[in-house]
Amino acid sequence: MCRIGAIKSKNYIHPSKALHLMRSQQKGHDNSGFAMVMQDLGGRFANYKELPILSMACTDEGVKIAEDILHEAGFSRVMQWSPEINEQAGLKIEPMPNYVFQVLHYPKSYKYAPAHEKEELLVDIRLQIREALEETNDGYVYSFWPDVLTLKEIGDPTDIGTYFNLWQPDEDFTAKIITAQCRQNTNYDIVRYAAHPFFLEGYTALANGENTFYEKNKNFQKNLYKGYIGFESDSQCFLYTLHYIHKILKWPLQYYKHTITPLPYDEAEKREDHAILQNIRAVLGNLELNGPNTIIAVLPDGTMFNTCDAKKLRPVVIGHTADTVVISSEVTGLNEILPERDWTQDIYTNEREMVVINNNLEVERWQQ
Amino acid sequence: MATMKVNQISRDDLDWQLQYNTDRCTFCGKCVAACPFRAIEAGVEKRRKVISDHFTPEPKVQFKTVPVIKQCVGEYNFCRGCGICERVCPNEAIKPVRNEDSRFGVKYRATLADPYKRGGRANLATEKRTLDKIKVGRISQMTDPSLDASRHTFDMLAPFGRILPADEMPFDVVDGKLVMNSATPKVNWIYPIIVGDMSIGALSWRMWEAMAIAVAYLNEQVGLPVRMCSGEGGVPVRLLKSRYLKYVILQIASGHFGWNRIINAMPHMQELPGGILIKIGQGAKPGDGGLLQAKKVASHISEIRGVPKADLLSPPNHQGLYSIEESVQKMFLSLNSAFKFQVPVAIKVAASATSVSVYNNLLRDPYNIVGGFFVDGLAGGTGAANEISLDHTGHPIVSKLRDCYNAAVHQGKQGQIPLWAAGGLGANWNLAADAFKMMALGANGVFTGKLMLQIAGCVGNDHGKCNACNTGLCPVGICTQNPTLVKRLDIDKTAEQIVNYFIATDNELKKMLAPIGNSSLPVGRSDCLISVDRAVAERLNIQYSC
Repeated sequence: MCRIGAIKSKNYIHPSKALHLMRSQQKGHDNSGFAMVMQDLGGRFANYKELPILSMACTDEGVKIAEDILHEAGFSRVMQWSPEINEQAGLKIEPMPNYVFQVLHYPKSYKYAPAHEKEELLVDIRLQIREALEETNDGYVYSFWPDVLTLKEIGDPTDIGTYFNLWQPDEDFTAKIITAQCRQNTNYDIVRYAAHPFFLEGYTALANGENTFYEKNKNFQKNLYKGYIGFESDSQCFLYTLHYIHKILKWPLQYYKHTITPLPYDEAEKREDHAILQNIRAVLGNLELNGPNTIIAVLPDGTMFNTCDAKKLRPVVIGHTADTVVISSEVTGLNEILPERDWTQDIYTNEREMVVINNNLEVERWQQ
Repeated sequence: MATMKVNQISRDDLDWQLQYNTDRCTFCGKCVAACPFRAIEAGVEKRRKVISDHFTPEPKVQFKTVPVIKQCVGEYNFCRGCGICERVCPNEAIKPVRNEDSRFGVKYRATLADPYKRGGRANLATEKRTLDKIKVGRISQMTDPSLDASRHTFDMLAPFGRILPADEMPFDVVDGKLVMNSATPKVNWIYPIIVGDMSIGALSWRMWEAMAIAVAYLNEQVGLPVRMCSGEGGVPVRLLKSRYLKYVILQIASGHFGWNRIINAMPHMQELPGGILIKIGQGAKPGDGGLLQAKKVASHISEIRGVPKADLLSPPNHQGLYSIEESVQKMFLSLNSAFKFQVPVAIKVAASATSVSVYNNLLRDPYNIVGGFFVDGLAGGTGAANEISLDHTGHPIVSKLRDCYNAAVHQGKQGQIPLWAAGGLGANWNLAADAFKMMALGANGVFTGKLMLQIAGCVGNDHGKCNACNTGLCPVGICTQNPTLVKRLDIDKTAEQIVNYFIATDNELKKMLAPIGNSSLPVGRSDCLISVDRAVAERLNIQYSC
């Protein structure tokens, strides 16, 4: 079973927090990997908020492949950083030769381009790099987006932390939002792309449980948008549904819940907005989720939320202090990194609500 | 050597031979009176018996004339194996027995120069059904706990009507909420099993009424929104003007039978019909139109259909429709507009090698007026057909349904024109299992016809038993207009049994949904199916297991 966690803070935090959050829950997962997405970056990336960052893990040849594609598209490198590698004997990790975090300038021709054109360009280039890397098996590209960093690795999370020197707090490598998971998706093959969190165009999602509507979701999503690819994990479907509802259809966030866990017909009928609900259920029945799942997601504006399936649920708890909110599969994670919080204020998300945390760290409970 | 008449039809030519036991027969006459086919008659036989009435043997030959029940032998009044004689006999003295060496098929054609006609289903099915080779293999265990079938709330409704793509929905965002800025095509959410589509005429009015009563009861008392399709034979005006019309899907086929009355009743309708189904073809006899033989056109049938007493042959195609696009523009548009776009209109075709092309074209439906695609497979039943059509034409439904669903998935349009499938479902008496599997393969719902008749007491089967629906002499009052025979059918009891069957089916569907963890219908969840037959698994793209 997966364990997932997310931290959103008013202050910049170091990934060691995420490691502590997840390691305390290690009895609940199989220690088969560690992955995280950092958003709203501080430290050495703080001055490049508007510029896209490429996150990839690859061979030397992979670096060249990606650089050629970027160069041809007109991108120019602004800054590159790689984590300091701390190789020790006996670490359980299957490292890639290179971990690349590269900040790039948009091509000159995009100087006056509207935001959506730049966004499409970033998706296209990432897909192009991914395809090229897959062809020769030279690596993985996880994200290519402003103010976002992704790291995924196979191995024991403690050892992965040691390998990348992530246990040591460091002000140069921080973010205000960190989402993390400590397990490769072992329902299917162990591949790096299958590790949560998943990221697309500013949207991040991670989940635990099993998506039993995977086939239905996948069959429907693969024709909806070019970025809905891979499907190495059944949980990628949750990200794509969120992206489709919120980014493509431009529906308000509350309709994500109405899409994935529609109210029973009897209940929906009694509501004023029953025509809308009925129509959503009709047109997007293929995006329903059947559970058991809990989903943590982050929107491009930094809003973070949690919601569950409608009947079987997977455990999740939300705790907060004045400057930090943490979502965790197990309360032990909260106790580890937020011991000072008022635990009577912890929220256990129910099957008909979304718990939404805005950028002022106000925690709202939206009832479906 | 004795002479004999080789070319004359004889008892050993027949499909069914009567096994008659004189010793048990009391000559009550019930069997003769009950046989609607006049296939048996009372007669006498000369018997030779050697007796001795002396204390020492003094054999004497005695000839006696004894009364017997005899089987008639002829091309018209032959035994159909329905077994009504056996049912009415108080002493088990008589029953039909299948004659494995029958030559009836050749005798009939060679004598009458006429294609043999009958009702029922194809009688050449020799293999196990495809659906029986499919199991529900994904039973939720550790990671995805099963639901509780008896306590959980299940949402088992299927769409009848056109579903738009999400990005074409007329939604505006006002104050952070979605609002509709114009109407969407009408969609009725109904139970995923439709009763249909069998006409008054093909069925006795008592059978048809029993189904209508059952459907109304299921809706109003049981809470299952089951719909019934009228078939192409009109609808009683009393029903057209009643509030129960909302449970009826009206059918229009190439004969347009009964539509004068429907149109005349429109100003008086208090409720809109539950839908319109344009019938292009029928799975049991693709290429043939409807066939109601004159002997079944009783006076009330003449009236309701607006036709004289004659063989009523619906043309095999709709006159004036020569392409899919034309059908959309003409029939869909005119029927949609007839009810002011408030009644969804769907189309039913026989499964065929080209069904996928038709569905692909309909899926592009530029006017958003195609409310459903009904595909009917070769194992469906019919009231009357040329036997050659029944036994030798058609297309199995399972792979065809799957192909249609996959075509929709390929276009990214699954669910937009709901898929409904039929053709021999419930032939193993378990409609829930068949319906579940068809839905997992991609159907939004299924429809069922002959099974309703079998619930009512139809004695026919797919191995040549009875199959006399076309004769107007149905021995159980289901497919006849004969005033005496129809009284054999108890309307209320039939309605009750149909209701009971649906209640059982509803529970059984939940028993299938619960272990796979679904609260709603399993449409497209082929991941939960396995097949123990590699060819079936490969063809349907489901897991092969052994």
